[in-house]
Formats: sequence, structure tokens, C-alpha cells
Amino acid sequence: MRAVITVIGKDTVGILAKVAGICAADNVNVMDVTQTVMQDLFAMTMLADISRLEGDFGVFSDKLKTLGTDLNLQIHVMHEEIFNSMHRI
Amino acid sequence: MLNNSDILETIKMLHEEHLDIRTITMGISLLDCIDPDINKACGKVYDKITKTAENHVRTGEALEKRYGIPIINKRISVTPIAAISAATKQNPVKFALILDKAAAETGVNFIGGYSALVHKGFSAGDMELIKSIPEALSQTERVCSSVNIGSTQAGINMNAVKLMGEIILESSQKTANNSCFGAAKIVVFCNAVEDNPFMAGAFHGNGEPDAVINVGVSGPGAVRSAVAKMPDASIDEIAEQIKRTAFKITRMGQLVGAEAAKLLGVPFGIVDLSLAPTPAIGDSVAYILEEMGLEKCGAYGTTAALALLNDAVKKGGVMASSHVGGLSGAFIPVSEDAGMIRAVLDGALTLEKLEAMTAVCSVGLDMVVISGDTPADVISAIIADEAAIGMVNSKTTAVRIIPAIGKKEGEILDFGGLFGSGPVMAVNKFSPNKFISRGGRIPAPLQSLKN
Repeated sequence: MRAVITVIGKDTVGILAKVAGICAADNVNVMDVTQTVMQDLFAMTMLADISRLEGDFGVFSDKLKTLGTDLNLQIHVMHEEIFNSMHRI
Repeated sequence: MLNNSDILETIKMLHEEHLDIRTITMGISLLDCIDPDINKACGKVYDKITKTAENHVRTGEALEKRYGIPIINKRISVTPIAAISAATKQNPVKFALILDKAAAETGVNFIGGYSALVHKGFSAGDMELIKSIPEALSQTERVCSSVNIGSTQAGINMNAVKLMGEIILESSQKTANNSCFGAAKIVVFCNAVEDNPFMAGAFHGNGEPDAVINVGVSGPGAVRSAVAKMPDASIDEIAEQIKRTAFKITRMGQLVGAEAAKLLGVPFGIVDLSLAPTPAIGDSVAYILEEMGLEKCGAYGTTAALALLNDAVKKGGVMASSHVGGLSGAFIPVSEDAGMIRAVLDGALTLEKLEAMTAVCSVGLDMVVISGDTPADVISAIIADEAAIGMVNSKTTAVRIIPAIGKKEGEILDFGGLFGSGPVMAVNKFSPNKFISRGGRIPAPLQSLKN
């Protein structure tokens, strides 16, 4: 089972580290990261393995959402299935 | 591997274009709750609903978290109560009260099925139920009511049409101090469907399983945004783009519905492919039509544009879901659609044009506000016209019309929330009284020699 974590907002120091830190704390393995910085807009997409997630997916998702609010970033965590079903036949 | 632009497109659809799952509706059969003792019957109804839908809301919330998709409403539809109350031979309002209590206990915001199907005539319990609707809706918060008064196979029951004009007016009067909200919870149908997940017209048909999960998707904002990116495209290209967008929206509904059904241990019924607008800016069906090139919704060309939209949504959605049903198409509720409200206020959209649009949209006259002093027979005649469009075209049509007590043309009736606010629309002043008071049944129309 994999989840997609997207982070969009103003670039600051340590975004990737903080998101990855929360993943590591909950035993979520980051498998792939794509990030771009255009002028000062930061956009990152992260593919993470949640099969060994410790605890509830909702709680994990809320932790990242709270981080987003603290850093003034939009952070969304969504199950991979949603993208597969919307964009693949 | 997932494509980055696909991921960002989905995020944009959800967070900027108001894409959401509008409703997950659990249909529950109450046929095994029939009892001649009304108290026993009500007890069985309460137990069945609260047991079957025990985890309904919780499951919806868990799926919202898991997929990051807003699921706006969790609802319940039940067997038309007239069929359950008939055996008791008593005033069925008790059933409305128990439905309201069961809805509150399970946490759903609406429960549909305070209904009767009388397209050919009234059977035991139907008349009592219809007559109790105003009282039932004024005494409950979450109960929704619907009455099917016509069908392509049976014709139109004009006695029921006459009665429903009176019932709508009375429901409005009884809830006059609550924005006449009673009338917003009644839908009068022609060709009602058994698996509609949308309120206020949802009920659980007799051909359905004991319990079922039906899902209604939304997404006018996403379709509008897709059309807006094609300012110079031909109509064919626009139709193609709408199909693609509808496909993606429906796939999302299919995934969530199937997963909800699995978690709840009940069969998955259908995805209703509807474009259901909300008062939020941008989430409007009228704006899609305007994006296609109309100065204002209601201008000549509106019916053609809506026909294209409705058809493309179905074509795109059908392949995306294993089972499509419900009302499926573009809704055109006036008070719930910012573009429709604007069009009415600007004088671009009249009740007559709206009626023409209902011949090609998914349902009918929806959330239309008229003056509170409109006579009941005029409301009945509006219902008859709308039902005739549905009957002849073999499609579902409906009337959800709100006589705004104490308000005149040009004033606004505000419901708040998803129901929005509606300007009081002008109604033709000439009387249909004699026609409506004749009673009887309009014969079923010919299904061949179609011209």
C-alpha cells in the first residue's frame, strides 16, 4: 500500500526534512521524491510505502496536515488508489 | 509510476474546483418492519435503521481521510413509508418522527423515503401519508419526502397532481418561520428512480436489495475549469473534454462507493453521475453553459448547451463505473447554483426557460422559489407540465418548488448552507383551475410514431 504526499507553498529551509521526519517516526518508508522550486514556490510529490505504518492512516495524515498549517504550506496525503483509478483505464 | 501532472490535476480538482463526493447514501428496506401495531412497527423501523447504518457515517469519514476526498453528505434512504404505514391504518406522522430520531442516532443529515408511489392511483396508506406530509416535515428536521405522480407506462395521476399543489403550499405555510424549508424537502416526481442517492427525492425501491450503498458524485467546478481552458475549441472538442472530465470524476465515485460497500458489508448499488452544483463560487452548472459561449444562462442556446453537457457527462461516466443509475446528468437547482441565481436576478432566466431546460437535464424544476401567494392550482399545473415532459420523453422529471410565504417577486428567500438562496421568480398569472380540478388520469403516451 502506498500513499502520495504532496506539498505546495512558499519555499523555506527544511520542508523535505520535516515531512520525511514525520514519515520516519511513523515507520513510513519514502520511496520516491520529485520536487521543483519555481521562483519561491515549492512543489513536492512524495511516494511513500504505508504498509508498515504504525498507527492509523487518518492520524498520520492529520500530523502532516498540522505541519502544513504550521509552515503555511498545503500538504495533502492521499491513498495511491485514487490516482490510479482516476487516471488509468 | 504515477505521473506528477496527474497528481497535481487531482489535487487542483479537489481543492480549487470543489470536486467532491456529494453523498454516500445507504438504502435500507423496511419491508420486514410491517406491523399492524404502529408502535411495534416504529420500534422495528428504528432498530433496523440504527443497526444497519450503525457504521455508515464513521465509514464515510474514514474514507474521506484515506483518499483525501471530501464526502459532503452521508445519508439514508428507506422503503416508501406509505407501504409500511398502510397496515397500521393510522396517521403515519409517527413514522416521520421515528425516522428523524433514527437519522439523528446514526448521524446522517437527511433520511429520505417519507414517500408514496401513486402514478396510477392511491392504494391503502398512500392518501394518509400524502396528507400528513406538511405536518411530518414541520415536526422533523432530517426527514425528506417524495411522491411519484406519473410515469411513461402509467400516465399522470391528475388527482395526485392537484393534491400535491395543496400539500406543497401547506408545507411551506407550516414552516414559514423557518424559510419555508418544509417545501424544500418535498419532491414530486414523474418516472421516479428506485436508487437515487440524492435528497430530497431519495427512497429505497422495492426492487432493491435489503441494504445497498449508492454514491452521488459532483464536480461542476472541475467541468467548468476544463471547458474554460478551451476558449477557441469547436463544440465537438468541448463535448470530448467534458466526457474526459466526467470519466475521472466518476472513477473517483466508483472507487469510494465500492470501498464503502466493502467496509460496511453491503452490496454496492450504483454511481449517480450527476453534476450537482453548490452555492460556492465556481461550482455552478450555469457557469459551464456560460463558459461554452452564452452571455448568460437563460439566453437562447441554453437548452442546446445543456443537452450537450448532460449527454457528455453520461457518456464519460458510463464507462468509468460498473453500475450507473440514479438520476445521472446535470442538475439545475436554482437556489443552489450561484450562476442560476445571478441569471434570474439579471432577468436572463425565467421559469418558462427553466422548464424547457428540464426537457434535456437530468431531473426537473429544482429549488425554484415562487411568491407565497401563488394559488395551489397553479403549483399543481406547474407539476402537471413538468410531469408531462418526463412522461413523454421517458425520463425522470421532478418539481421541488418553494412558495415563499410573505415574499413577492424579486425578493430573496435564504435557506443557508448547501441549499443557498433563491430569488422569487415570476409565475404566469392566468388560471389553470378548471383543468386541474377535473381530476382523473392522463393516459400513458404512445411509445411509437415518435415525432
